[in-house]
Amino acid sequence: MANPAKKIEGITRESTQAMIDKTLSEYPEKARKKRAPHLAPNDPSSCTACVKSNRKTVPGVMSARGCAYAGAKGVVWGPIRDMVHVSHGPVGCGWYSWGTRRNLMSGVHGVTNFAMQFTSDFQEKDIVYGGDKKLAVLLKEASDLFPLAKGISVLSECPVGLIGDDIGSVAKKMSGELDLPVIPCNCEGFRGVSQSLGHHISNDTIRDYVIETREFAEPETPYDVALIGDYNIGGDVWSVKSLLEEIGLHVKATWTGDGEVERIAATHKVKLNIIHCYRSMNYMARVMEEKYGIPWLELNFFGPTKIRESLRKLADRFDDRIKENVAKAIDKYDARMQAVIDEYRPRLEGKKVMLYVGGLRPRHTVNAYEDLGMVVVGSGYEFAHNDDYERTSPEMPDATVIYDDASEYELERFVDELKPDLVGSGIKEKYVFQKMGLPFRQMHSWDYSGPYHGYQGFPVFARDIDMAVNSPTWGLVKSPF
Amino acid sequence: MRQVAIYGKGGIGKSTTAQNTVAGLASMGKKCMIVGCDPKADSTRLILHAKAQATVMDLIRERGTVEDLEVGDVLKIGYGGIRCVESGGPEPGVGCAGRGVITAINFLEENGAYVPDLDFVFYDVLGDVVCGGFAMPIREGKAEEIYIVVSGEMMAMYAANNIAKGILKYASSGKVRLAGLICNSRNTDREADLIEALASRLGTQMIHFVPRDNQVQRAELRRMTVIEYSAEHPQAEEYRELARKINENKQLVIPKPLEMEELEELLMEFGVMENEDESIVGVAAAAAAK
Repeated sequence: MANPAKKIEGITRESTQAMIDKTLSEYPEKARKKRAPHLAPNDPSSCTACVKSNRKTVPGVMSARGCAYAGAKGVVWGPIRDMVHVSHGPVGCGWYSWGTRRNLMSGVHGVTNFAMQFTSDFQEKDIVYGGDKKLAVLLKEASDLFPLAKGISVLSECPVGLIGDDIGSVAKKMSGELDLPVIPCNCEGFRGVSQSLGHHISNDTIRDYVIETREFAEPETPYDVALIGDYNIGGDVWSVKSLLEEIGLHVKATWTGDGEVERIAATHKVKLNIIHCYRSMNYMARVMEEKYGIPWLELNFFGPTKIRESLRKLADRFDDRIKENVAKAIDKYDARMQAVIDEYRPRLEGKKVMLYVGGLRPRHTVNAYEDLGMVVVGSGYEFAHNDDYERTSPEMPDATVIYDDASEYELERFVDELKPDLVGSGIKEKYVFQKMGLPFRQMHSWDYSGPYHGYQGFPVFARDIDMAVNSPTWGLVKSPF
Repeated sequence: MRQVAIYGKGGIGKSTTAQNTVAGLASMGKKCMIVGCDPKADSTRLILHAKAQATVMDLIRERGTVEDLEVGDVLKIGYGGIRCVESGGPEPGVGCAGRGVITAINFLEENGAYVPDLDFVFYDVLGDVVCGGFAMPIREGKAEEIYIVVSGEMMAMYAANNIAKGILKYASSGKVRLAGLICNSRNTDREADLIEALASRLGTQMIHFVPRDNQVQRAELRRMTVIEYSAEHPQAEEYRELARKINENKQLVIPKPLEMEELEELLMEFGVMENEDESIVGVAAAAAAK
């Protein structure tokens, strides 16, 4: 290890383990046994996952996890802006996942983007007689209403898997009839233990139905790259894309934030894949590596330290022209970022943060807080796998608590012990901590703010964190309890 | 009101037996209803003299939702004042027929199809209880008396035993009970003795032995029960006898299903299956393949 492990005063392996044991002691024996391997003090020197992950949630605890459909609709397919995404099944899944993730889109509504709610709205009769005929009608109607849509995805909700609706054959038939890509995705919510399987299933459908079906119109260059696993939350894609273009790269496709399906389909022609969210898109990155020989690079664009590192890693892959541009960009932005740090760091120095989110955030944002002088005293994921925790270990300070698929009870206890100045988690956790009088940021959607990525994002991030941590609100609220 | 469900292996003659029996009950002056729980919708054909044209699910599909349906639209009165309803459902291979049964029965209950002056409600259920939907009639608050139609054929007995397992599951939490086996004869060796023995092993009775008679076929071709087609025929008397026995039946038990080995022993005991040397099982095919 080049970097010595970060340490936090007062946090030792023993203190963290004692906190975990105390928390676990409240559980019934069976639950305690199940939860114990999912909670552990970090050991950065080992570079291995210190916790068990990707297992079924223990019944009875409040989990923040989503389902396979959520992984397909909300994460992978939903952000592709020039397609119609059909939630196949009863109306609720589509309705409540509509626009909640803040994957921003460019384009003109109904012309070049279709951020609308399409559903087959199953009734009793569709369950009993099958929804396949209705789906065929719906696909025809969607294509008639929105002739400029570049494709339709069919995302299965639970009942479709139960009654065995053959969406594959309907998609095939209608794809021919409408002369339009229609992609069936069997992402029924009951499959798997979390949204993670939905990401995998969706990656597989991209592999089977999309990739290599189109070519880019522009001539090939050695600077062609694709941005993989960035969903444009609060405009993150736009921030990174403009930076990559500034250093001379051509971002040919974005997967799938503000994505265009025909560009995604031609991604087999790029020279390098830049991957942000490893968890949700490593599958396709690997497919493109194996099948088309495209290397991939996992990069972190949160906070100036990591952006600098990432840009230099990128420069290593390209010629002198890019190397020069990178050096210039770093010079130019470092000064600006320093001004941001100078403004906010004095107010944030030494403040403690606890994170519990998904995808890449529990590890990728750690350094951005550190750039502001803060420390991350605990981190964990809802739906990560072993390889995510391996990647997290070196980012987190030594002996800090790592938690997998944490329950609200566990988070509450850790907060009681660690007394963080800020908690960054999801909407389900938000009010728990606000009621405790703690500053909170909803870090799935950047709390209705953003972007947080890239040089455009960092000043916004710094401002938001300062606003949360140093808001006088919590000092003015008196607890009635 | 007694609620009765008829189960049994596919093709064993459940619908025919149920309709003839209900016709027998009707001829005794009982007020009856038949609820067909099979997407084929042929549980009331002999009573209505035609295949039901308007099943619950078909009309729901036509009109859009359950709320758009009235009981009068699906309830038909046939021979002997018997009220007839069919749940209906999809053609094989699509959708969910089980959900169709659930939807239809809920609809009938909520909309007052079970009028208080009914003496009997008969559920005629698809042969293979493939999912929860087909167990709907034996759930809490519905049929409490189950009759299993069976014959002396091994697979029919095997199915009967499996159905007994299903009843046991629901019996432990509710009032559903096994009321008897109805032997619908296939003229196999020592059939009545064998079914008597099976019944006693299960802890129940063979309530009636219905002999095989082509008169049933002749009546069926004319879309009638034997009782309506030829009331004087001996076979009509058999069904009336079965109806009488069911009317008077008080023997409702929690069944004791057999293990597979016990069932095979039973077949051996009655000479249906010889006590073969185990070493020859599967050997003939293996030899032929060489």
